[in-house]
Amino acid sequence: MIDKKHIGYAPPPTLWTVEKGRIAFFAKVLGLSDPIHTDEAAAKAAGYRGIVAPPTFYFGAESDAGVSMKMIQAFDIDLGKVLHGEQRFEYHAPVCAGDTLRIETKVTDIYDKKGGLLEFVVRESKVTNQLCEHVADMRGVIVVRHG
Amino acid sequence: MSFDPKNVNVGDAMPTLELPPITRTTLALFAGASGDHNPIHIDLDFARKAGMKDVFAHGMLSMAYLARALTQWVPQSRLLSYGVRFAAITQVADRVQCSGKVVEKLEYRGRPCARIELTASRNGEQVTLSGDAIVALD
Repeated sequence: MIDKKHIGYAPPPTLWTVEKGRIAFFAKVLGLSDPIHTDEAAAKAAGYRGIVAPPTFYFGAESDAGVSMKMIQAFDIDLGKVLHGEQRFEYHAPVCAGDTLRIETKVTDIYDKKGGLLEFVVRESKVTNQLCEHVADMRGVIVVRHG
Repeated sequence: MSFDPKNVNVGDAMPTLELPPITRTTLALFAGASGDHNPIHIDLDFARKAGMKDVFAHGMLSMAYLARALTQWVPQSRLLSYGVRFAAITQVADRVQCSGKVVEKLEYRGRPCARIELTASRNGEQVTLSGDAIVALD
């Protein structure tokens, strides 16, 4: 069982630079054809500061920075038993290439179902940028399956 | 049907997006592009040790495909909220299909909005993701 003492766990904030090459790679893998993700002039013509990150692009920032894996290890979770249960984004402002995002995450709940066969960890994150704009909130639930 | 914010009605359907079958290459590339390097999605040996028959797709891959379907219809700048529940695993070779429809008009964060119910399914049968997006109409 995941120790409930971890409710409130908050790793140091992640600082993550939004790279245009990474956005282009992400757009290519997903087959995104809107030039706002690859062409700065098109993004500016559409009213953005620069090349725009797709809606779920920065979900992986904490994985990328190793923060998610540290949490898995700190909670003594077997990575092979982890599934993604839920994910939500609330958008407040665009995220553009060249931005530095600051992601502050806190574990807000840990609970189980089916007599402990399924355990759930709820993470809530606030995303701000170098302009001190609050750009998004993320809420994710991971599921740890036993048996 | 194109999206006209001035003329949105409950029942309006998002154009359906059908993706080609999921390949191991796509999973490897998405791991790199997304930053999610969990080996369960890219390393067959690891997946088998964890009791799975094979590697399987990242939930976030389908969530990103569903976002692609949505933003091909509604400009991303209108998107205020987007969330899903992951209901079933998407396997290698599955065909992901993304669909959606307007289910409600509402005020959200003080703005006139529409709620679009979103679904991803595999091979036209099993729902893998269900969720919604709230888009601004002003």
